[in-house]
Amino acid sequence: MARATTTRSKIVFTVIGWTIGFLIFFPILWTFLTSFKTEGTAIATPPQFLFFDWTLENYREVQSRSDYFKHFTNSVVISVGSTLIGLALAIPAAWAMAFSPTKRTKDILMWMLSTKMMPSVGVLVPLYLIFRDWGLLDTRIGLVAVLTMINLPIIVWMLYTYFKEIPGEILEAARMDGASLMKEIVYVLTPMAVPGIASTMLLNIILAWNEAFWTLNLTAANAAPLTQFIASYSSPEGLFWAKLSAASTMAIAPILIMGWFSQKQLVRGLTFGAVK
Amino acid sequence: MLTRTLLLGAASALAMVSFANAETLTIATVNNGDMVRMQKLTDDFTKKNPDIKLEWVTLEENVLRQRVTTDIATKGGQYDIMTIGTYEVPIWAKQGWLLPLDGLAKDYNKDDLLPAIRDAVSVDGKLYASPFYGESAMVMYRKDLAEKAGVTIPEKPTWDQIADAARKMTDKSTETYGICLRGKAGWGENMALLTATANSFGARWFDEKWHPQFDQPEWKHALKFYVDLMKEAGPPGASSNGFNENLALFQTGKCGIWIDATVAASFVTNPKESKVADKVGYALFPTGGVENHGNWLWAWNLGVPAGTKKAEAAQKFVSWATDKAYTELVASKEGWANVPPGTRTSLYANAEYQKAAPFAKITLDAMTAANTSKPTIKPVPYTGGQFVAIPEFQGLGTAVGQQFSAALAGSMTVDQALQGAQALTTREMTKGGYIK
Repeated sequence: MARATTTRSKIVFTVIGWTIGFLIFFPILWTFLTSFKTEGTAIATPPQFLFFDWTLENYREVQSRSDYFKHFTNSVVISVGSTLIGLALAIPAAWAMAFSPTKRTKDILMWMLSTKMMPSVGVLVPLYLIFRDWGLLDTRIGLVAVLTMINLPIIVWMLYTYFKEIPGEILEAARMDGASLMKEIVYVLTPMAVPGIASTMLLNIILAWNEAFWTLNLTAANAAPLTQFIASYSSPEGLFWAKLSAASTMAIAPILIMGWFSQKQLVRGLTFGAVK
Repeated sequence: MLTRTLLLGAASALAMVSFANAETLTIATVNNGDMVRMQKLTDDFTKKNPDIKLEWVTLEENVLRQRVTTDIATKGGQYDIMTIGTYEVPIWAKQGWLLPLDGLAKDYNKDDLLPAIRDAVSVDGKLYASPFYGESAMVMYRKDLAEKAGVTIPEKPTWDQIADAARKMTDKSTETYGICLRGKAGWGENMALLTATANSFGARWFDEKWHPQFDQPEWKHALKFYVDLMKEAGPPGASSNGFNENLALFQTGKCGIWIDATVAASFVTNPKESKVADKVGYALFPTGGVENHGNWLWAWNLGVPAGTKKAEAAQKFVSWATDKAYTELVASKEGWANVPPGTRTSLYANAEYQKAAPFAKITLDAMTAANTSKPTIKPVPYTGGQFVAIPEFQGLGTAVGQQFSAALAGSMTVDQALQGAQALTTREMTKGGYIK
């Protein structure tokens, strides 16, 4: 029996979908609105939604006080750099696990994931000492290395799941036609895995962009990305919400725009492993 | 062609030498108004010292604390100057993490510093950080509401007088609350107010042998008084209010009385931001049966970490930012009301400052009344005021603050909160080796 989709159920699901979407998006919308308020209006009770005197003052103040472009460049270098290096390391690893698994493969995958379970602050001091001795404190190279290591388990896991979906028979056929291992990966596997690699890359850029523990703790003046740009606008004595919101809006805008354009790949990436 | 290349090479080599001579100082600081103003005025410093460049790292207070603590404890050397509180200075100085400031400029005039503040940042008579701005706590109240309610608040009020006035000023139908006090949990949030309040009630954190004292009647008296008063005359949701939330409430005319850091006075009297700018009266921090005004004393200071390689240049900057000439620089550019308060005796003797800041006298009185070497009436093994100057206090203060915040929110009784505080403090102090 074919399932009938009535107009009514369509409307209901659409409304539910939009409501959930709006709820999830609301904090970002609120940040955006607050960035156009004065400090007084930003903290006013009851909160004002749309009908207030819109001002660009906060953006002007933030622009004059901080070097947005420097932080932005650092964010781009760190997030893209760590993702690319991570992919270069993870593609061969995931290939090996997906196409020639041993009985320990699952254990290794689990072990990789377990490194994500330790709270970061637990290794802060040892890592800080290593960074100090190697002269990596407050350098982009140091941060790229740390974020690569932190995100590597996720990259391997995601790629592994994608590669698993590719039928091994196709690779076998290529091998029978005389393709070498290199050719097999470059001409057969990669074209089929491009959507998977793309969504892994996007998701990891976002994760690295948002990372706010290591990027704050291992940097000072030179390599600090946008997370520090945001952290500098909170104040213990004095109102700060409007300026903080302006700084936050500026910090998330690039990644939000990137996410918007690549949402198809992202959705695929985020729902990997789900029942299809 | 060859000559030109050689010349170019020599020129760039020269440029590199002069570049290497320019020292860059990295300064870690918080995002408070006075610090932001300092960043804007640094042209004056770099003009006088063309061989020194400045890099600023501004961070949220808790992030800054974690960040500079990691760096100074590991001698990471990322910062040449750090903005630190009066809590950190004595602890870090004793660890050998801070350099004594013995290379300050000749006209720095250490004797001009307010004695209470100078003592708070000195160890064995040596200055380990230079105060940038300082504060105590005081009562700020709405003169118009007090008059309407028919109450007067004396210059040295008792807690009973404050409670009486707060109850009479409260009119919940117009969202006017008699009193706004901190309730948000944290060692520098509600515990600053509650430790000072406890001091004024004669309570103490520890006895001479470091045994926690939350099971004593003075603490119960103080905490019960606070919770009852806030329930009757405080704003709704007070358990999540800190300095900024109360500032917003007071500025918009919703509080009768606000007891908090003296630095708040410059915000609430600023007519650009405050609706009640011309209606604010001041009084000393209340006493609760013993002669003790809470002993709240805090300063943000500039310190030079032992790991820096640019100690000389760093002290040059510290001198510039905290000497008397800096206050004059701020006054000439932004007016006397914007001068960082609470560090120098000369500022309070200045007639122009007194005129621009109606709260100058009471601020000075409050700061002079604070005695950090004897925070409370009974003998104690610690120094401090609104905090206890031991390294464990950050963790302890926040954990106890969570108990007291829960008591204010009503999810716990006062007795339960005190028992919880006593148990966790005993556990931590035993672990720390204070109690055998």
